[in-house]
Amino acid sequence: MNVFDYVRPASVAEAVAAASEGDAAFLAGGTNLLDLMKAGASHPARLVDITRLPGLDDIEFAADGTIRIGALVKNSDLARDAAFLAAAPAVAEALLAGASPQLRNAATIGGNLMQRTRCAYFYDPHSACNRREAGAGCDARGGDTRNHAVLGWTDACIATHPSDLCVPLVALDAVVEIAGPGGTREVALEVFHALPGETSAAETALLPGELITAVRLPAEAATFAPNARYLKLRERTSYAFALVSAAAALRIEDGRILEARLALGGVAAKPWRARDAERLLAGAAPTPEAFRRAADAALDGAHPSGDNAEKIELAARVAARALALAAAGTPERMPALPGSVFAPAGVNANGGSVHG
Amino acid sequence: MTLSLSLTVNGDRHEVHLEDARPTLLDVLRERLGLVGTKKGCDRGQCGACTVLVDGRRINSCLTLAMSVDGAEITTIEGVARNGAMHPVQAAFIDNDAFQCGYCTPGQIMSAIGLIAEGEAGGDPERIREGMSGNLCRCAAYPGITEAVRDATERLSQNQRKSA
Ligand SMILES: Cc1cc2nc3c(=O)[nH]c(=O)nc-3n(C[C@H](O)[C@H](O)[C@H](O)COP(=O)(O)OP(=O)(O)OC[C@H]3O[C@@H](n4cnc5c(N)ncnc54)[C@H](O)[C@@H]3O)c2cc1C
Ligand code: SF4
Ligand code: FES
Ligand code: FES
Repeated sequence: MNVFDYVRPASVAEAVAAASEGDAAFLAGGTNLLDLMKAGASHPARLVDITRLPGLDDIEFAADGTIRIGALVKNSDLARDAAFLAAAPAVAEALLAGASPQLRNAATIGGNLMQRTRCAYFYDPHSACNRREAGAGCDARGGDTRNHAVLGWTDACIATHPSDLCVPLVALDAVVEIAGPGGTREVALEVFHALPGETSAAETALLPGELITAVRLPAEAATFAPNARYLKLRERTSYAFALVSAAAALRIEDGRILEARLALGGVAAKPWRARDAERLLAGAAPTPEAFRRAADAALDGAHPSGDNAEKIELAARVAARALALAAAGTPERMPALPGSVFAPAGVNANGGSVHG
Repeated sequence: MTLSLSLTVNGDRHEVHLEDARPTLLDVLRERLGLVGTKKGCDRGQCGACTVLVDGRRINSCLTLAMSVDGAEITTIEGVARNGAMHPVQAAFIDNDAFQCGYCTPGQIMSAIGLIAEGEAGGDPERIREGMSGNLCRCAAYPGITEAVRDATERLSQNQRKSA
């Protein structure tokens, strides 16, 4: 790890000022940043410790139903908050399907959005990587591409965004609140993470010095609470990143889907909102056939970025199954294995089979 | 420029001076305070051997910058026994044969103490396994670990009933 300057600002304004100049990085839980610094993949000259900034660790439920999650709220605290769990169960399930209990106790919401790709070649400073060094090339091409993209990739970069949390958040129209040198602004999570361009430079919408202060869920998010699930396929039952994942949320009335939300994880450099699939489901009956049609639409345009063509079919199956689980109803209690493909189906069944 | 921080570890307050901000909490515990019960397995958040409690919550000390926990209360494996008597989780690990080489054990025990305090797993082995999934055991003592955590959860709730 390189030597760095350490500062501990007392306010958001001070933090933004301290991060605006030179090669600075915000330090929150440190679970991604320190890992990257130990690997030698990241070497900021200054760490701006934001862990003590006041006012960023509340979960606020506004009278109009909006939920505002402070950027410093810990992943575990959000997942355990009873009112939040009732309003956004798929978000809680995604949080609990991610990392380990110890990591979730340290990891913050802002840090989770900002975590970098788990591409092994990005992590290895001896490999060529356009994300670390624009124009250097991409050693992932032709390499081990299990955790690489099948949607939205370019020749410059085939990495995926590894967050579980972001998948249901993007399905539920989350908005990112930002403070920066030029004041405050907000960006829809759907356009917050960038797909790689020709050179793969910017990874998110944040400009130098800008700090995430909160993530907001609109009131509408809670209308999906009775039928919302997160499903994550991984190479071991727990404590592993997603190979592919899906968040599904439905509003069902009289045996018809009024509105559907679907997003995929592990398939692209951003959490992938599947709007075409959502349109297909609006007004349809919640049947396995409808779910599979929607899942195929979600993967429309997918193509392998290496030896990973199987991810396309896996993602379609996980999406169809997530929709079926959502239709079957959000379980009364968080499953023992959150987000697991091995967990039994939900209770208070509304119809819809588990095997899409 | 030297940096300083204060930590209360197992009830004792320490002032630590650092040449720069790089040391993790794990390195400060082991190298500066001589508390080598907390183990360094992977040093990258992947194994749980370095688990300690910070202000009562279990975290991985290898991915925690020491400076960022300035002023915190830390509990390590060295601090869980009371008046020479083992912590009920320690006793349960011995009684249930929950280790072989023992390298992962301090982290397992600290994680189990954290899990039981969180109170969500109860006696359900599936929830215990999931709740302990942040701690790998290369000797694969998992059946014993699960049983030890179940046993300790029961002992601790009995103690609570007795003292109530
Ligand atoms: C072994 C392991 C397994 C994991 N498994 C999973 C998994 O299965 N699913 C999953 O989703 N995640 C997983 N993670 C990743 C984990 O969720 C992230 O490391 C964590 O969410 C990052 O949060 P943090 O607060 O620790 O961020 P930090 O490490 O402190 O910061 C991460 C990045 O975000 C920036 N940042 C932090 N806060 C802000 C802010 N408010 N505004 C702007 N920038 C900010 C930092 O500068 C840094 O670049 C895993 C991590 C490890 C080590
Ligand atoms: S896929 Fe992207 S992150 Fe991975 S090596 Fe290529 S350019 Fe770097
Ligand atoms: S040493 Fe910290 S998790 Fe392995
Ligand atoms: S007892 Fe040997 S690693 Fe767990």
